[in-house]
Order: sequence, then C-alpha cells, then structure tokens
Amino acid sequence: MAEENRAKGQAGLAGEDDGRIHDLKDWVRVKYHEQVEELKQPEDTQLYKAFFRVGRIDEPRNRALHTLNNLFLHIHPTKVNRDAVRYSYTWGMGGISFYLFLVLFFTGVMLMFYYHPSEIQAYRDILDIQNSVPFGMQLRNIHRWAAHLMIIAVWLHMFRVFLTGSYKRPRQFNWCIGVMLLVFTMLLSFTGYLLPDDQLGFWAVTVGTNMARATPLLGHEGPFGPQLGMTAYNDVRFALLGGSIVGSNALLRAYIWHCIALPAMISIFFGVHFWRVRKDGGISGPSPVMLESEMHE
Amino acid sequence: MLGNWHQLWVIASNPDNVPVVALIVLVPFFTWFGLRQAKANDRLIEKLEKDPELARTHHRKTQPYHASWQKEVHVWPYLLRIELLAAIVVTVILLVWALTVNAPLEELANATITMNPAKAPWYFLGLQEMLEYFDPWIAGVLMPTFIILGLMAIPFIDENPLGNGYYTYKQRRFAIWTFLAGFEGMWLVLTLIGTFIRGPGFMWFWPTQTWDPDRVEFLTTRNLDQMFGVNGKWLAHILPASQQPYAELWAKGLFGIIPVGLYMVLAAWIFYKIITSTPFSRKIFSRMSLLQFVVMELLLVVMLSLPITFFMRHLLRIKYVWETPWFNL
Repeated sequence: MAEENRAKGQAGLAGEDDGRIHDLKDWVRVKYHEQVEELKQPEDTQLYKAFFRVGRIDEPRNRALHTLNNLFLHIHPTKVNRDAVRYSYTWGMGGISFYLFLVLFFTGVMLMFYYHPSEIQAYRDILDIQNSVPFGMQLRNIHRWAAHLMIIAVWLHMFRVFLTGSYKRPRQFNWCIGVMLLVFTMLLSFTGYLLPDDQLGFWAVTVGTNMARATPLLGHEGPFGPQLGMTAYNDVRFALLGGSIVGSNALLRAYIWHCIALPAMISIFFGVHFWRVRKDGGISGPSPVMLESEMHE
Repeated sequence: MLGNWHQLWVIASNPDNVPVVALIVLVPFFTWFGLRQAKANDRLIEKLEKDPELARTHHRKTQPYHASWQKEVHVWPYLLRIELLAAIVVTVILLVWALTVNAPLEELANATITMNPAKAPWYFLGLQEMLEYFDPWIAGVLMPTFIILGLMAIPFIDENPLGNGYYTYKQRRFAIWTFLAGFEGMWLVLTLIGTFIRGPGFMWFWPTQTWDPDRVEFLTTRNLDQMFGVNGKWLAHILPASQQPYAELWAKGLFGIIPVGLYMVLAAWIFYKIITSTPFSRKIFSRMSLLQFVVMELLLVVMLSLPITFFMRHLLRIKYVWETPWFNL
C-alpha cells in the first residue's frame, strides 16, 4: 500500500525534475496520505522495529523472535506445551509471587524516600507518610498487604509444586532454591515488621529475637552456650540486634537487611530459580501420566 | 451457650489477621482443586492399567486433546496474556484491599509497656506456638532448621518416580498425606491456634471465650519422672560416693532415655510398617538407599513428636519426659 502511494505521489508531483517543488499543496496531500497509510501498520515503522528489533508480530517466526529478543521476555521459552498455560495446573502462584515482589520493590523504594531508620525519626516518618504524603496511606497499605499476599502465594506455589510432584528428577535442586526463596520471603516480611518502630513490631521482634538467645552453642541461654563463653553481649542475638536490646542499632540493622541485603540475595536466588526452570526442561507439566507397570525396578 | 462472638469478629477483622482468614478459605479450596485433578488422573491411570492397548495410543492427559492440534503454543501471546491478566487481577485485589483496610500502626515502641499478648507476625505464629511445647532452643532453632532442611531433603528421599508433573493421589499416597499433615495438620493449625485461641499471657482461650488479661491459670503440669516417682534414692546405693549428691539428676537423666528411646523406636517402626504396607510401597521402599531411609525416618520421627507433645501437654498435662541439667525434652 505504501509502495503504491509512493508511486502515485511521484506521478502526481509535476515539475519535480529540477529538484524543486512547484506544487506544494499537491505534495502535502500526497505525503499526508502516505503517512496515514504507514501509521495504519505501526509494526512496519522504523521506530517499532528499532524498539522491538523484529517487525510484524503476526507471523510465527516473529512471534518467537519477539520473546527471544526481548530482555524482559527472554526468561520465557518461545513456545510452551499447550496444556501448561492452563490455570488449573499451575495456579499461577509462582508468577504472582514474583509480580508481588516487583510491587513490593516499587512501593518499597517509594516508602524509602520518606523514611529515616532512626529511633527519633522512624515513627514520625510513618505518621507523616500516613497523614501528609499524597496517597501515603495507600502506599503503605499496598506495601504491607502485598507482603502478606506474597507469603500466601509462595506457600500455595510450594503446595502446587508438591502436589504435582514437580520437585522430582530433574528438578530436585530447584526445589531447594525454592525453599531458600520461601525463607527469604518470610525474613523480608519479618525485618519489615520492625521498621514502623511501633509497639506491634517492637514486641514481635523482641519475641522473635529472644529465641536467638537459646541457639545451641551460639546463644547465651542455649545448650552449651555459656560453656563456650557466650554472654548477652557477644552472642548471636547481639549480632542480629547490634546490641543487647531492640533499640536504634536493631532498627538500622533491620532496615539494611530489609532494603538492601535480603532483596539483593533474593534477587540472585530468583535468577537461579527461573534459570533452572528453563534448564530443567521448562515447567513440569501437565505431563502424560506414567503407569506403575512401566516403572523400572 | 452464649459466648463472646463480638470478640471473635474483632480478632478475625484485625487487619493483620486478614491473611489468616484468607488462608482458611484458600487452603481448603486449593486442596480440593488439586485433589480433584488428582482423582481425574487416577481414573485415567486405572483405565490405562487395565487396557494396555489403549495405554499405547492414549495421549495420557485429562486435558482436552485432538490429534490435529499443535502440541505447543507461542508464549506470545498465549502465555503472556495470562500473565498480564493475573497481574491485573492481583493489582485490583491489592488496590481494593489497600483502599478498604489500613495497615495497623500501634503506639510508639516502648520497652517498658509490654504488649499483651505479644504475638509474632501471623506467618511465624506456628513457631511461637511450638515454643509452648518445647524449650526455646528446640522450638526456635532446632525445629525451624529441621523444617527447612527437611523440605530441602524431600526430593532426595522421595524415590517414587511416579506422579512427576501431574496431579495424582493413588500413586503418591504416603507423600501427599505426609505433606498435608505437615502443612495443614500442623503448621496451619498452629497458626490458627496462635491467632484465634492464644489470648493475653499467651493463655489458651476457646473461641468466643472472653480474653481476660487478669485470668489466673491453675495449670499444673508435671514431668514424666514425677509421675513415676523417680527421685534417685534407689540409684544412690550403687553410685560412687562422689556422685551421690547428684543421684536425683542421674536418675532423672537416665530415666528420660527410656520414654524418648521407646518413642523413637516405636514411631520409626510404625512408619516402617506404613511404608511397607502395600506391594507398591514395598517397591518404592526397595529402591531407597540406607541413607535415604534413615534420613526419612529421622525427619518423620521428629515431625510426629510435635503432635505427640501437643496431646501429652493438653490431655495428660505432661511437660517434660526427659530432664537433664543441659536440656529438657
């Protein structure tokens, strides 16, 4: 179509041979039609191709290339088993967990703009976020509920993977990575619990870290801890809190764990998890059922 | 019996308890959702086992099938559109949730005013509840380690090659029952107890019973050795003179080995009987190595100790079965 127009346009432009345009009105009209025709097929434009590296999506080769050539989509294979996209099999909980992580990352960064991890400021900052920052209350709500939802999604993802036996050969190692992700998810949520510096977080963390006192060998109240020279000022609880009580140092440590160390670690494990899903042959099923009579002894 | 239903509503509608209430709905739903597909597959498996001719040609799935259909579909758009849809649905849920329920914020942290009850976040209430039955180093350190390592060990001790990549119940009875017992029967039940039953002072209040912070509990627990009257008097006769002041410690320490040892042997034997109870399970058992078997038995025995201790505490009011100067079980 565009080619056709171009030909028509050239014919219509009389007296163009000397390089100058005599009839500007005609020229604009022709170019205008040309432009409209081109915009009807945005996938053929230079801009689109520069952006996505491939042209029209509506042909099989380009569909595949579209996934393959895109940084964000290339964690996917280009094709999947037609039954594997069924919600009934996957429950979608793994993907939802990751999406919630992205939501938490985004809202978390926004909250960090308004928050100081110090005993003097922290609680006031939360009040400020809730009462003065535009949509601050909603921001905090989304962050907290997304955190709860992520834990539920991770549990249900693990439940589905178990029920479908997807941890079996060759995916044993990826199951272990998944268990680590479960632990990181719960630790992320727990370290965030202290940050508002309110009674709720303070006592939850007090109860939680008091257990660390009783760590065998490394806690000052744990079996064989005192024998190894553990006191309230050098044991594993002291290391977690940066002190012997839940105070300013504990707040700072929780903040660093919550905003930097744990997100960095969980991101690396995410990468390995997704990469192993692909390397282990894509998602596990639904695969054809195997019969007992076909089992090798 | 007219209980305090209002309080039950207050607990259930506490913003931070919303996830627990959601789990009460979600977990049974997904259990049903998964097991329903397992049943469908089990019926197919039964049909194919009976008819080897059909088994050779059947596509072996319960999903719709047509020979002319392509086996695979493009990720773009067939998977990506589902992912987009899921993201939109989750976003809408989050937005509605965030607009209707505010995140809780209590008073400024104050070390001199204790929260009563002082509870862990809901996802750790299982651990906090375990603290009631075991000493902190077991409930807070050993058990979590066992849970994490035990979960990681699952793929390496499950030698059953069937049920890989599809829902099934009949081919994996033991595995599925074990997981349901651990996840739903223990972890979630403890979480529910921690949410709805533990009131001020972490005391046990039945649902609709008013949480009275001034309630005094006359909870008499005893140790197993007290029930058997172990006091070391008899042992003192055969101990060397230097150890005689410690006769009671020695007696209790030695006595405790008996119930703990008996439990471990008995529980391990029961699990052995279960995993060798059918011809199929014996086939799986014969595939297992010694190391796999020992690790599995250890994990199962430790896992079963939780409900056993739970019932001993609540029904028999027994606290410890084994007392030593260093640790108590």
